Amino acid sequence: MTRLRGRGYAAVNYPTGMNLGGDPSQALIHATTTGTFVVSLSSVDLGQGLKTVVAQCAAETLGLPFTNILVDTADTDTGPHCMGTFASRGTHRVGNAVIMAATEARAIMLDVAAEELEVDAADLETDGTGYIQVRGAEAKRIHITDLALAAHFTHGRTISGRGVFMKEKSEVVPETGEMDPDSCQAHACTVAEVEVDDETGVVEVLRMYSVYEIGRALHPAMATQQVEGGAWMGMSHALFEATEPYYPVRDHGPADFSEYLMPAAGDIPEQVSVLLERPAPTGPYGAKGIGEMTANAPIPAIANAIFDACGVRLDHMPFTPERVLRALDSLRGQDLSAHG
Amino acid sequence: MASKIVTLRVNDREEEFLARPGTTLLGALRDTLGLTAAKRGCAQGACGSCNVLVDGKPVPSCLVPVETVDGAAVATLEGVAPTGDLDEVQAAFLEDFATQCGFCTPGMIMTAEALLAENPDPTRAEVVEAISGNVCRCTGYEPIVNAILDAASRRRSA
Repeated sequence: MTRLRGRGYAAVNYPTGMNLGGDPSQALIHATTTGTFVVSLSSVDLGQGLKTVVAQCAAETLGLPFTNILVDTADTDTGPHCMGTFASRGTHRVGNAVIMAATEARAIMLDVAAEELEVDAADLETDGTGYIQVRGAEAKRIHITDLALAAHFTHGRTISGRGVFMKEKSEVVPETGEMDPDSCQAHACTVAEVEVDDETGVVEVLRMYSVYEIGRALHPAMATQQVEGGAWMGMSHALFEATEPYYPVRDHGPADFSEYLMPAAGDIPEQVSVLLERPAPTGPYGAKGIGEMTANAPIPAIANAIFDACGVRLDHMPFTPERVLRALDSLRGQDLSAHG
Repeated sequence: MASKIVTLRVNDREEEFLARPGTTLLGALRDTLGLTAAKRGCAQGACGSCNVLVDGKPVPSCLVPVETVDGAAVATLEGVAPTGDLDEVQAAFLEDFATQCGFCTPGMIMTAEALLAENPDPTRAEVVEAISGNVCRCTGYEPIVNAILDAASRRRSA
């Protein structure tokens, strides 16, 4: 018995958004009486962190602290339209819509502040801690809480804004096949190091190194979490998960978590992940989408690492011990199953 | 079989209620007592999402007929920091980005609480062993293991 080591590499380009018949997401934003800005959406956050990054986009655009933003989302009966959080489009589409809504709200905020301070709105700036102040004469300032109160009860104004990001449908140019189906593309590669036991067929992933070019990382810790959680999912697809292991024969399909195997805490490889930031011109503060692509590169990287380790080329997932052993037998010219 | 009166001490509070035959501890917590932190994931003891502590031991509450633990002390996530603050484990999970969708988190935290109560200075391997019955579909486990080690360190220096 030998434990054979190998290393494999794979790269992926992944589109942000998709070419629907027009692909919009909308956002509304308004200030409450005490200066909390409510971002109303119907986009769903199911753990990917959308509420955090759109709150960052709103805070950055308004020039107010992150804690002044409240994201109210996921009620599609009452919220502004969103096509949905799929196609790695959430951060890009919704972030852009929120920036547009916050830009409109900021103009009104500065306009009300100009009335309240009796200055020209063009001379005003935000200090990022909650004050709107006169540029060059910072002592003349008003806090957003006082400003929002004044807007509601003195001036009878709403501090609000509307935003929509709309990717128009791209038709194919018949002569060339040319089209513009997405808004930008993120790029990544993964190197996997594996150990293959040539007696049991078990493949262990020892390490995964990932590099992601994702535009600007609006929240680097959450982006890294997406990369590493996604790499785990990719490894799980590569080595463990199958609903129909002998497809198209449906026998021996797992029925529950005790049969549907996934790597647990004891099976995780060491991961090293690097984010490269090249802000995308169409992205909200330069961000691209990376939600779905993170499970992709690890799978062919692991397949290539298995080939490097023991010379077998597997093209059906998952790369189970049975498939590894059959391929090793075949490679050695001793396919026992053929002789019954 | 008749319904039975069951008494539990849940998060240091006496609770007495009528349980129909076949009621699980998870069902009693969620549906009778309104404590919904423990999650019904697989309902067969294979995912750890429903883990709570019974007399200090982590158990999958979906597998426990509630009448069989009559009189026991039960700890759920709701009782970990009742004043609304976060305890060390919760704070570490939050600050170390150990959650994504959050469905496994109550079970993970209660499993970690049981580990740290018994072993305040666990090795990485001991943490991995402790959460080996808890399934997480989002994080890849690494941030969770790190958060539990961080929580242990925070609690030792607290």
